[in-house]
Order: sequence, then structure tokens, then C-alpha cells
Amino acid sequence: MKENTEKGNTVLVQIDGREVAATAGSSLLDAALAAGIHIPHICHDPRLTPTGACRLCLVEIEGERGFQTSCTRKVVEGMKVRTQTEGVRASRKNTLELLLSEHCVDCLTCDKDGDCLLQDYSYEYQADKNRFPNVAPAAGEPNYTSESFALEYDPSKCVRCQKCVRYCQEVQMAEAITMTNRGGSIEVSTGIGVSLNESSCEMCGGCVNVCPTSALYDKQAKGLGRSKDLKKVRTTCTYCGVGCQMDLNVNTKLNRIVRVTSEVGCVPNNGALCVKGKYAFDFVHSPERLTTPLIKENGKFREASWEEALTLVGKRMSEIRDQHGPDAIAFLSSSRCTNEDNYLMQKLARVAGKTNNIDQCATTCHGPSVAGLGESLGSGAMTNAIDEIEDVDTLFLIGGNPTEAHPIIGLAMKKALRKGAKLIVADPRETWLAKRALIHIKHRPGTDNMLINAMMAYIIEKNLHDPKFIQERCENYPVFLENLKGYTIEKAAEECGVPAHLIREAAEMYAKGNPSAIFYTLGITEHTCGTNNVRNLANLAMLTGQIGKRSSGINPMRGQNNVQGACDMGAMPKNLPAYQKVADPAARAKFEQAWGVSLPTNEGGCVTDFMEKAGEGKLKAFYCFGEDPVRSEPNSAKLAEDVEKIDFVVCQEIFMTETAKLADVVLPATCFAEKDGTFANTERRIQRVRKAVEAPGLCRPDWEILCQVSTAMGYPMSYNDPSEIYDEMAALSPNFAGINYDRIDKVGIQWPCPSTEHPGTPFLHQGRFTRGLGLFQAIPHTPPAEVPDAEYPMILSTGRTLYNYNIANMTRKTEAIANKHPENFVEVHRDDAAAIGIKNGDMVKVETRRGSLVVKAHVARKVRPGMIWMAFHHEESNTNLLTNDAFDATTRTGEYKACSARISKP
Amino acid sequence: MSEQLITTAKELTACQEKFQEETNRFRARVMVCSTGCRALGAEALSKAFHEKLAAAGLEREIAVVETGCHGQCSRAPLVLIEPHDFLYGPVKVEDVEEIIQTTLVGGQPVDRLCEMVDGKPTPTRSEIPFFKSQSREVMKHCGSLDPKRLDQAIALGSYQAAAKALTTMTPEQVIAEVLEAGLKGRGGGGFPAGMKWQFCRNAPGTEKYLICNSDEGDPGAFMDRALLEGVPHQIVEGMIIAAYAIGASKGFVYVRAEYPIAVEHLNIALKAARAHGLLGKNIFGSGFDFDIECRMGAGAFVCGEETALIASLEGQRGTPRPRPPFPAISGYNQKPTIINNVETLGNVPRIIAEGKERFASVGTTGGKGTKIFALAGKVRNTGLVEVPMGMTLREIVYNVGGGVLDDRPFKAAQMGGPSGGCVPAEFLDLAIDYDSVKSVGAIVGSGGLIVMDDNTCMVDMARFFMEFVQEESCGKCPPCRVGTRHLKDILERICAGHGKESDLDEMEKLGKEIIAGSQCGLGQTAPNPVLSTIRHFRGEFEAHIRDHKCPAKVCQGLYQFVIDADKCIGCGICAKNCPTTAISGEKRKAHAIDQQACVKCGVCNEKCPYAAISKV
Repeated sequence: MKENTEKGNTVLVQIDGREVAATAGSSLLDAALAAGIHIPHICHDPRLTPTGACRLCLVEIEGERGFQTSCTRKVVEGMKVRTQTEGVRASRKNTLELLLSEHCVDCLTCDKDGDCLLQDYSYEYQADKNRFPNVAPAAGEPNYTSESFALEYDPSKCVRCQKCVRYCQEVQMAEAITMTNRGGSIEVSTGIGVSLNESSCEMCGGCVNVCPTSALYDKQAKGLGRSKDLKKVRTTCTYCGVGCQMDLNVNTKLNRIVRVTSEVGCVPNNGALCVKGKYAFDFVHSPERLTTPLIKENGKFREASWEEALTLVGKRMSEIRDQHGPDAIAFLSSSRCTNEDNYLMQKLARVAGKTNNIDQCATTCHGPSVAGLGESLGSGAMTNAIDEIEDVDTLFLIGGNPTEAHPIIGLAMKKALRKGAKLIVADPRETWLAKRALIHIKHRPGTDNMLINAMMAYIIEKNLHDPKFIQERCENYPVFLENLKGYTIEKAAEECGVPAHLIREAAEMYAKGNPSAIFYTLGITEHTCGTNNVRNLANLAMLTGQIGKRSSGINPMRGQNNVQGACDMGAMPKNLPAYQKVADPAARAKFEQAWGVSLPTNEGGCVTDFMEKAGEGKLKAFYCFGEDPVRSEPNSAKLAEDVEKIDFVVCQEIFMTETAKLADVVLPATCFAEKDGTFANTERRIQRVRKAVEAPGLCRPDWEILCQVSTAMGYPMSYNDPSEIYDEMAALSPNFAGINYDRIDKVGIQWPCPSTEHPGTPFLHQGRFTRGLGLFQAIPHTPPAEVPDAEYPMILSTGRTLYNYNIANMTRKTEAIANKHPENFVEVHRDDAAAIGIKNGDMVKVETRRGSLVVKAHVARKVRPGMIWMAFHHEESNTNLLTNDAFDATTRTGEYKACSARISKP
Repeated sequence: MSEQLITTAKELTACQEKFQEETNRFRARVMVCSTGCRALGAEALSKAFHEKLAAAGLEREIAVVETGCHGQCSRAPLVLIEPHDFLYGPVKVEDVEEIIQTTLVGGQPVDRLCEMVDGKPTPTRSEIPFFKSQSREVMKHCGSLDPKRLDQAIALGSYQAAAKALTTMTPEQVIAEVLEAGLKGRGGGGFPAGMKWQFCRNAPGTEKYLICNSDEGDPGAFMDRALLEGVPHQIVEGMIIAAYAIGASKGFVYVRAEYPIAVEHLNIALKAARAHGLLGKNIFGSGFDFDIECRMGAGAFVCGEETALIASLEGQRGTPRPRPPFPAISGYNQKPTIINNVETLGNVPRIIAEGKERFASVGTTGGKGTKIFALAGKVRNTGLVEVPMGMTLREIVYNVGGGVLDDRPFKAAQMGGPSGGCVPAEFLDLAIDYDSVKSVGAIVGSGGLIVMDDNTCMVDMARFFMEFVQEESCGKCPPCRVGTRHLKDILERICAGHGKESDLDEMEKLGKEIIAGSQCGLGQTAPNPVLSTIRHFRGEFEAHIRDHKCPAKVCQGLYQFVIDADKCIGCGICAKNCPTTAISGEKRKAHAIDQQACVKCGVCNEKCPYAAISKV
């Protein structure tokens, strides 16, 4: 064969007599499919290494004997290929007949009838299922999925394409399943005799999604619809900030979501999902859903009509507003609800409520990112797109655990690792990525600025910084430089509790990356110095010029599915939509004109302030939308007391939360599957949310409720549908002006997108920062509000796990997840466990100055000695009873990541 | 051997001379095969020799050496006495004293332990037909040294070829020598070794690997085992030369786990070679670094396939991978890799030492040099034989092999194991090389050669190989995984008497489809035993299918036991031993077997004192 002589990136080949221009390095199969030439294939998936197992993609290549698998052969200039010769067709037919003889051909009762590759090709090739005696393995025998709540394996339907195994190994990298046995007895299994539940399976559903037949299928969906019975509705996931595109498979006759799938090639997740997106949809149809408005009378809730409830809300909110003024009334919006809902909510607060007391949970988590990066760079959002992650050369992950909290970003990092990326992880816990990092800095919680300052001082000392970038693109460098004096590697090593050489190596590796990118989440922000931490990371990126280009920058991974959107929409005290400032008279004037009212100018507070004011008796009315501050803010016991003191509380919710229990009026709302709208994911991409099922009972879409409440409060609002709401907002927002429902119908667009011709912006700060010059800031190290002492000698840090989502009122409705992590737990280092005489699995008492809990101990070496870690998913064992209500100075974000605690035998 | 580094070719030669002297101190050596023959008590034999020689005060004059395989396994346990060249076997512990007295002291042979040639006891090995007809080149020193002793290997010339290659030749010259010698892969592929090395040499990159494939999975093949067990340094030396040629600094020997002695001896050899600087950095001062790691398989025939072997070495499941890319370009850890069979590498030192012309002077255009065959089955002299390519099948079976057992008629030779086929009697005069064997529907393969007589059922044999393939198929691709299952099922049906008229055509069709559709060599050759036996013994299949008869009387149910009324005297022993009530007859009158009730156990045939019962 001739050597590859590509003209640029294109290779010309001939397929079935047609000239095809293929991308250099692609396979014959990819080239054919891209040119619309059909070649059957079962074991091929664009995300997996080709393996040539199914033998269906065979073609004949001129000059070569026999048949070749087109999936494994790369295009070579001048290659002549024939895909439909008598020989390959006969071979395909034979292979299909062999597969059929190994298959329980039972299409009548099969869930994949109409959506099965074996069916499709057997029909195309008229394969005779009776040519061979049937030797299919027996169905119904116990196997590794028998105990699973999530999925089921039926070897009698398995075509042994191994896509499931390869996905688990190559993409998810959970390595939970393999092919066991040999020859005809080959089948999928965990391979070591354990059930799937006990294995390293993360229930991402990848194996089910990739299976061409019904061999692997979602257990709960069996019998509930074949492809022709199911309507697929494309929407955006309701859980984390990645914003995966998924298809809710709805049995319209039952008005029920039966299963969730995702299309290969979709942006940003390319067909991958995590356990929550894939399986945690049971909450939608939970019998615990709120279905009617409720009014509290004599301490108990009674059902009410919408009219009665809305009238009451309108009356009481207006009364309090007029009687007590704008500081006594507050609105808490939902970062899990749509952009349209959030836009209306801040409009409700400002126009109907006449106050700037509007906030949402960004304060709880990434408030410091919005504020800190906003100051330093002019924009508080993730600088790069998710699809740029796989091309990062050096990943610096600090205070983040993406394989659990942002699984699809985790997959992108896993892919980067497979492509040879270097990884530095700074985390007090040995997470999945920390284990595989080249450098793991297992530093003491709350010592990040020590670490970052020392790294920067060392980078300057070794001349690894970028003087040109600093000179041309930034300002305030001398003040910053002055502050670095005294931050030595040795001092940092001591304070952080890590070997000095690791800090040096990390600094060098990051500075020299080609390129490097920083990724962080709440390990950085949920501190009393959270905003300072963020400012300092911005310093680090600017110092080395590792920002403002593809695959390089600083990336806060936003938590909620629409916290980015909630911020974008101005559900924040100091911001109007699109980050236009309340304090800016020109911005105010624009909105006043559009909305036809004059806007309030009081200094609004954030959720932390609302709770404080409530405790002081100064907050009289509180409208709480899709949030449960009693569960999710620190020091829950105090919070419950504070909320009780508020005169009038309204909760617009889907479940009876801890906060809702304390409300005066509860309004039943819709979840993501029951309404239309948009979410903004962490990479600033605006994506569609679509209604798939009818809401239960008397529930109304949130945007409708908000309009009706506003109307009841004296400012009439009404729209025909959510796209009108978006258009109104876009017209007032330069960042979003070019986005509308038509443009984002197939793929979302990343803001800034100032006009309808603009394609959107993958990465930020190219050429100039949003604020012009990047701002260096002098950041001193300050310890957490509470540090270990004799009484409480350990550090308690909190966070989340893969399987449950935050307070877990949605995820725990799914059996598979509830069974995976049925109870709260605490991670303890084995030295500390030994010191008090407890072993793995024993119960242990965890106490702080605010409360105590008895939970199960997970004893290992995952955490640092002297540190313990807990999740906050279990309402019956509320970890936030223990956390410290100490807050960041700028954003009032709680210090969830560090307080003092002690452990003892219960 | 003291811990002394050999850093130049000169030092090697000096060592060789020194070690030869040490060997020559003994006036005689007792070479006890201690590898394969261990199964028949060789350890006790060598112990007995040690003790009794010491008791007789002869331990300084006469050495006892635990060697590798002498080759004539049918006479195991074997003992060779040097310098007399007397080969004794089978030897028992009770014979040791006599050997010492008669031969070592008295200089005479012990006749009853000798091979009988034309009725005469023939003690001298070189005069025994089994050995006379062979050309023991690769196996030359197997049986002549203790494989656990580096000094004995050096004494016989080990590492001289490596020194020559590393210090006087360039890698390109080494490749040219091996290429022009015409060495073809001895594992079964038959691909020119030098050409493969050239591809790897030319492949971009500096990190390259050499793998010695000792997975030897063919049932009945044990030449690689014998070489690793018996002359491990010869293999190590071959690897050094090959690695030098391709530019590899790391080598692996992948040994099947079922060869513990080979693993043991190889590891001893590697340790010793390292300790003396023959492996490691700057070998012979040439600037060439190379070291070898011994790795074991885990019981999978498919891991003899090169890409599956590489997967296994990488810690993955041992399943084949698509080619291209070929390992020479992208193999272990996606780096250029050469995989050579043990016997192939065993040939390399002598090609370098003696030159390509000498090597190519033996053999045919279809195959140069010699081939080691594992003779098994219904042949007198079972064991390992090394013959020049081009020797006829008749010469191998009759001259070397000593003919078919009990002088029964030769039916066929199964060549190439599960990837091969049978060569029937009409081709006895075929000159054996890679091309000629292929032309009759079989392959030389790794060298397994199973001799069959008229008591072998070819259909049953085909069934056996399908059973083997089904056990060993990795299961990745449908043509092999499911196709061979159906081939096996059809053959089982035929052997049970339920064959259909359409079966033969179906098997041929399916067989060809499996060959065309399978991903790797296992599947691509799995149907060969079936296709080859149908080709050459179609009539036997037809008898099974149409007449429900097994002409070789092997397939249960397809033959009968019949009492010859003329020979039967009615003693009734058969009826007494019959487990059913199939035999009836009056005392002293000819008995008869009721075929319906007969379960074909064959006890009556065994017990009849008058040979009146026969299998038909």
C-alpha cells in the first residue's frame, strides 16, 4: 500500500466507486459513514477503540487478500474499497445467522423490538435463524445483575460485542465489568464473583445505553414500552452544572418517564450520563409530590384552591411590603429552576416586592467565584468549554472532586489522562483523581492561600512566570508581588502539612504546562476566605499566562443545573440580569423603561443575611422558591428557629421540605420534566428544557405561578409561553442578546453571544479580559474561623458523593440510589479511629459546638489524620447540624469545609 | 562459577577455555535426562548415581550431569554415557550399580538397556536409526549440559555468537545474515524472521521490545518446552542477537504456566547471565543494553497468538487485537515489537556463528534449515526429533520413528495441531517443508506430528480438535465462537450415528466461512482439521453418515462385537462377564451376541481366551 500522502488533513479514498474525502487518521468505517455510505456494524462506537469483534463491517480492499474490518483500518491515500461484494455480504449473512443461533429470538416480548441492531441487520440480509440449531444460553439464571435495582443482564440476548465492557473500561474507567469465561460460554460479568452492587460500578448506565440489543436493560423499564410506544423528549438534566443532554423516554399512555437515554454526539456529554441523570427520575412520579396548594391554619396544613392561596399570598406580601419596607421582605430564588423562572423571580422581587433582597444558592457555593473572578477578570464564569478539557496538557485540580460531583467533566479529565495529560490534585482527601495524579498535595483544609502564594513565589523565583503577559494584559502587579514576601515553600509545607518537594514540583509543572488549566469547586469557595481563594487562583493563572486561550484558564465548576443561569438572570442582590449593576443608574434606567416601574435602590442582602435578619426578628416576609435553606445552610438547628420567627413564609416547591414544613403557604410547582424553559450550564451554555410529562394534581408551571403571584401583589405579569420570557430578557441583556429558542433548538450556545449572527464564545478572555486588564490582588493567608483546639481537636469538612444530590430529596426516591448509600457516614483516618478504639463499620459520635450526630465510620486513609469528612445527603442525620455558620466577608458563603469537631465512641 | 563479569569477547573465550578444561577433568560423564524424564523417576536416578559413584570413590573422575531432553522419549528414563556415547533406557534405580561397574569401570555396554537394531543390542547413540537419520543442530547441546549451569553452556560455545554479533557486526548486518539464511518462523507462521526484524528495525521510535513466545499450546507439541528446559542459554543468546538486530532493550519470555521446569530453568539462566554481565548494560562492551523478564501465561491456548499474548503481557484479558497495525510497528504498549518462537530464536546463534550459507545448505526452497518435530501417536519412537527440511514423511515415520506400532498400516499423520490437517498414506513420500505440507491441506505448524494407524477414526479425530477449539476460542468473534460450536455439534452427531446427508457440504461451507470471517489465526485455522479430513477421508465420513458404521471401530455405537461361531467353544466366560444379558448360548455350543442389548463395552472381547470375538 502506498504511504499516506495527505493533502493537508484530507485523504482521498474510493469507496464503492465513489471518491470520498476523509479526514486523515480516520477509519474506513468512519469515512464511509460520514459520506453516507452504509456499512453494518455492531461493536463500533465513536467513543471506543475499534476492536473488530462483530465481523459485520468487513470490506474488500483492492490489493489485499480476504476481508478487512473497516472499523480498524485507517484511510490511506488512493485506497480502493468495496463494501458490498458478494463475498462480504455472504460473510455478513453467515455471521448474523451464527448470532441468531446464539440468541433467544423473542422479538415479540422484547423491550428493544424496533430498536435493535440484530433485528435491523437480520432483516437487511434476510438471515435465516433456522440454519443452525439454537444454542442460546438459558435466560433467567442468576447473574451479576440479579441484585441490582438499576439494570439487568440477559445473556440469551447478548451478541458479545463487548461495548459495555469497553465503555466501562475506556470511558467511565470504573472497570466494574469484564467478559468472563471463554469461547461459547463468554458473557458479561464482574469477573470476580461479586454482584454489581458490590463492585466498583458507578451506575452510570453507560453499559445499558451502549447495548445494541436488550441484553443490558434498565430493570425498572422492562415491559413498559418499546421504541414505538415511547416518545423521546430531549431535555437538559436537572442535577449538576454539566447540563447533560438526555432523552426522557415517555410512555404517553401512562404519562410516565420510563427510562432515560442519551444520544451519542450530543453536546456537552456525547451520550454519557451519570447515575443521577440516568436513573434518578423516580422523584418526578413520587407519591410524595405536592399536588395542591396548602395553607397553614392552627399549626397544620389544609388544602386550598389556587385562588384562595394566591389571594392570601398577594395580600400578606403586599401588606408587609408596604408596612415594613424593602428590608423586611426577601425572596430566595431557585438555582435549580429555569432561566425564565429566575428572571421572573428577580422581577417579582424588584417590581412587585420593591426590594433588592433577592438571592439564590450561589451564595452557598460559588458566590466567591462570581465575586472573585468578577473582580479579577471581569467575569465570574468558567473560562473554558467542557470539550476543551481533553486537550489540556496539565490539569491543576484544587478543592474539587469532579468524578463524583461533575461526572461528565470527570470523564473529560479521564480522557485527558488517557491522552497523556499531567494531573496535579490538591485535596485533603485521596479522591479517585488524586489517586491517579502525578502529584497529590494532601493539604490541611483551609490552607489554600498558603499553598497558592508559596507556589507563585517559587514560580517567580525560578523565572517560570510570563512577564510579557503580566506587562501587557494585567495591572496592580507590584502590590501583589510585595504581598508574596515571606510565603516560602518551607512555610507552606509546614502550614499545609505536605512535603515541600511536592509544592515545588506542582508549581513547576503547572507553570510549564502547554497549556495548563485550573479546575476548582467548593473546596476553594466554601471558606471564610473563599473569595480570597478565588482571587488568588486568578493571580496564579495570570502570573503564568495560563488563561485566555483554548484549553487554558480558570474553571469554577458550577454545582446546580442552573446556578449559572440564576446568576445570569440577576437573582442576586447587587445584579440585574446579565450582571448589569443595580448601582449603575444607566442600567437601572434601561430596566425601568422596559418594565414600566421605578426600581428599588435598597442594599439587598443574600440568603445568609435573610437568615440572620430573621433571627433578629427583622425579616417579616420570605418567599422561598425551590430551595431548602433549613437543610442546606450551616447550623440547621439555629436556622429552623430563625425561620420560625418570620411572620409570613411562602414556599413554592415540589416536595414538602424542612423549610416548607415551617411555611404559611405552600404552592405546588413543576419539576424540569413538566415545563419548558432553558438552563445555563457551567460552561455558560444555554440549553433547552422541554416538557415531557403532565404535572400531577393541581401543580402549575413555576413561571405561571410567579406571574400570578406578581399579579396578586399588584404588578400584573403574563406571558404566552416561556420563550417570550427569554426573549424579553435577551433584549435587555447584551450577553444573551443573540440567543433565542430557535437558535438553541438542537445545540445550546455559550454566552457571551451579543447578536443572532454570533456563534457564541467557547473560551473567555482571549486578547483582553472582560474588565480590560486582569487585576492582580494581594491575598494574605487567613485560617478558618474555627481551628482545632483542645476541646475539638479535629477538622470537619463536608461535601457530596456521586450517588446523591445535595439534600437528596430527589435522588433518594430512586431505589438503586437509596440502597447504595442508605445512611450517613463519616470518613475517619485509621490512626484516629484506632486512637478511640473503633473499626470500619462501627458507629461513632461526631460533635461540634453546634450539635452532634451518631453515624457509621468509614475507616481508611482517604482523609488526612486529624480530619474527618461527611456528606450531607441524609435528612434523618443532617450534617448541617454540625457545620459552622461563619461566612466569607464578601459573599457570605458558609465555611462548610472547615470547622472543629471531635469524635468518640457513642 | 564465581561472580565474575564477562565484559568482552576475549573474556568470554577465556572463560570458555577454562570451563572446557574443567569438563575435561572428568574421564566420563553420566548425562541423566532430568527434565521430561522426571515424570518417570529421573531424580531418583541421578541421586542414585551420585551416591553410588561416591561410595565407589569415583566422584572425582566421573561426573553426574542432570541434563535436558535426549529426544527418544519412548525409552525414558534415558541416561547417556559420555564419551562412550552409550544411550541407555529405560533405566531404573536398580540398574545404576550395573551401569557403573560394567560401563564406567569396565568400559562395556549393558546390553539389556540398549536399543535393539535388527535384533542386536546397539549401545552407541549415533548408530541408532532414531538418531542416525536426524540432524540435531538446534538440539545439539540439549542433553549434553546441565541447563542450570552457565559454565557448561559457555564451555560448549554459548554466547560466542552473541559476542560476534554485538562486537563485529551492525544490527543491519545481523538482519541481513538471518534474512539471507532463510530462517522462517518455527512457531507455525513460517514467516521469514529476518523480514519481520527489518520491519521492526525500520519502525519509528527508540522504545522497542522482543518477545519470545513460549506459550506452545498445540496438544502434543513440546519442543519449545524441551529447549527452554534443556538449553535456556541458547535461547537467551538468540534473544540477545535478535534484540540487537531490532533495537530492543527489553525482552520478555512468555512461558505457559504449565511448564514449571522451563520457568525454573529460565529464571536460573537469566539470573546467572545477569550476574555475569551477559544481560544488562553494555553487553560485551558494545554499548548495547538488554535484559529479559520471564512472564507466565495462565492456561489459554489463544495467548499463543501474538496480539493476544501482548494483551496478556500488558495485564489485559488475553484476547487478540486487530491487525494491522502489526506488532512490528505497534505491539507491546503500542511500541514496535517482535515476537519470535523459541525454536526460531534457538536457531539464531548458529546462523551467526556458522554463517548463513551453512544454515541454508540444509533444507529446500520451501524451508531452510532443520525442524524439530514432536513425534507422537502410534509410532515406535515417540519423542523429539530434529530433521532437515525436505525429509520425506516416510523417512520421518519409518527411519526416525521406527515405524508404526505393531506394524499396523499407516493411515495418516496429523501435522500442525488444531490449526493443521492430516497427511494420508498417499503422501508418505512428500518432502516435508512449509509449502509442500500446505499444498496437501495441512501445515507444518509448530511441529506436532501424530502418527495414526487404521484404528484411528478420522471423524473422531476431527471432533476432538473441534472440542479443543471450542474450549480455547477466546469468544470474541462470532465465526470462531459460534461457528466452531456448530462444527463440533455436527461432528458429535455424526460420531453418535445421527449424521445427515447435508452435513458434509454444510461443514465445508461453514468451515470456509469461519476461515474468511475470523479475526485471528485461531479461528482462521480452526476448521483445517475438519476440512482436511473430509478432503482425504470423505469415505469414512460417508460410512458414519449413511451406514452408521465407524470403519476404525472407535465411535461408540457404530461398530459391533461379533462371536465367530467357528472359533467359539462355548466356554461361557463372555456371557458371565457381560454387564447386560446380551450374550446367550448353551454350554459348549457357539454363543451369540444380541446386538440390540449389547452396550459395546468390549469386556467380552477382552476376556475371550480363544480370540473368538472380534470388532466389526
